[in-house]
Amino acid sequence: MTNKATLEERIGQWRQYLRRRQAVHSADVEELEDHLRSQIDALRGAGLDEDEAFLVAVKRLGDLNALAREFAIEYSERLWKQLVVSPGSGASSLTKPRDAVVAVGLAIAAAVAIKIPELFGLRFTEPSADTSFYLHNLSLFALPFLAVFFALKRGLHKSGWYWLAVPFAAAGLLVNLLPFKPGSHTGALAAIHLPIALWLMVCYAYTGGRWRRHEQRMNYVRFSGEWFIYYTLIALGGGILMGLTNFIFEAIGLDAERALIGWVLPCGAMGAVIIGAWLVEHKQSVIENMAPVLTWLFTPLFTALLLIFVVAMIWTGNAIKVEREVLIGFDLLLVVVLGLLLYAISARDSQAPPGRFDILQLLLVTCALIVDGLALWAMAARISEFGFSPNRTAALGLNLLLLVNLAWSAVLYARFLGRRAPFTRLERWQTAYMPVFAVWAWFVTALFPVIFNYR
Amino acid sequence: MNIDKDLVAASATPLVLAILNEGESYGYAILKRVAELSGGELQWTDGMLYPLLHRLERNSLVEAFWGRSETGRRRKYYRLTRAGAEHLDRQRRQWQVVDQAMRGICRMAVDPAAQLI
Repeated sequence: MTNKATLEERIGQWRQYLRRRQAVHSADVEELEDHLRSQIDALRGAGLDEDEAFLVAVKRLGDLNALAREFAIEYSERLWKQLVVSPGSGASSLTKPRDAVVAVGLAIAAAVAIKIPELFGLRFTEPSADTSFYLHNLSLFALPFLAVFFALKRGLHKSGWYWLAVPFAAAGLLVNLLPFKPGSHTGALAAIHLPIALWLMVCYAYTGGRWRRHEQRMNYVRFSGEWFIYYTLIALGGGILMGLTNFIFEAIGLDAERALIGWVLPCGAMGAVIIGAWLVEHKQSVIENMAPVLTWLFTPLFTALLLIFVVAMIWTGNAIKVEREVLIGFDLLLVVVLGLLLYAISARDSQAPPGRFDILQLLLVTCALIVDGLALWAMAARISEFGFSPNRTAALGLNLLLLVNLAWSAVLYARFLGRRAPFTRLERWQTAYMPVFAVWAWFVTALFPVIFNYR
Repeated sequence: MNIDKDLVAASATPLVLAILNEGESYGYAILKRVAELSGGELQWTDGMLYPLLHRLERNSLVEAFWGRSETGRRRKYYRLTRAGAEHLDRQRRQWQVVDQAMRGICRMAVDPAAQLI
């Protein structure tokens, strides 16, 4: 009796081992198992005991790695995971019809939403386009639907829905009721900062209300990176679609440009926000994340760039020219460095010991700090001379926020490399810092106009 | 006798098709038949038969269907298709040519006296 059990156990283990191979589907495993059992039966009939029969049968079947390789050659398409189009018979199907329906429904809703203001005479297309209205409200056409998508998916409790509605309602009132002067800088700043502020609010829905938990927030960071990549890819495809449509309609003497810019572009751009999010959710546990791959690719390149930049500055003795745009440029540099750091952290096994890539990361952050420090130092003397315009204040504020984040990250990284602190400290620092960015984005959106008198 | 790997690989397809030409069968039985036909000289790594069968199925030379074994286990059976039969026919003629040529040359090599007569 016990013998029988052990044989079944061993066949079970063998089956598990084979099933882990991507190219070998469960039907193939079943077929091979039938072979194995036939063989074992035959060998036992010839007088071998169970153990021996099992060992010989497995041996005769051959090296499982080699077998899996043969299957991979025969079914090379199985090594490519197909998600949306055809969830393969043997592969685990992830298509939950309900999710798809909700996502497509909300995407359509977002696409319709951006056309509604047109009914009230707010034109999207030239001439007489209401550009400032659309710039201010752009995020309000898509992000509420994204929040609803996650709230539904995570089953947000009722009071959570109210909490979620507050920032969106506030944002709608703020950007539309504040009396911005035409072409005002604070208005433009609000248009830039509001999407960021609201994106961080979507985190509440994404985490199903549990936004206080560090792991959940780190998940949102991962999601954001993947979403950005998917959105870019969809936008690329949309661009090709629009270009080709324009071209072929022109060939028969029809002008499709108005329809494209008035309808396909805005509706597509809004709908893609939801579709991108759905795709990211869909592939989450199936495909490797792309953002850490890009990080892995670009961290060495950016480190090299910054090192060369520092060396060139020392070698030539050229100081950083203090011009208006310089600060924004350095802000962007810090954002990119923070992104590289964040996505390296997001993909790293926090238990793993320090490695070469960690040293590279620290080098990157240190270089960025030095470069930004030099830029700030060069500007410090003349900042009062330029005066604190809204744009400059916003750029400077962001720069300082990023500087603090990266400086402490560098300290934590150095401690981790010296094995004096666990890696999780760095992770926690990053997720703990997220509300700071949210507060700043809201601050610029809501209070800058008041402080700077709607200039 | 150890048969050369390339030769084993080259003969695998016609051999499997020929066995299926005798009637539908399944992996383990096909291997047993191969051993029987070659007097145990032709030894394959058992597992490698399956990717081959799947390749033949994909090329529509054989078709597969699920049935039951005598003990009630699910078992995948294969049978020859018309295209498979035609392919087998072509292969058989090719092997005959090779076989004839080999026989001719080998007789001379083995028995030099035959050449002199």
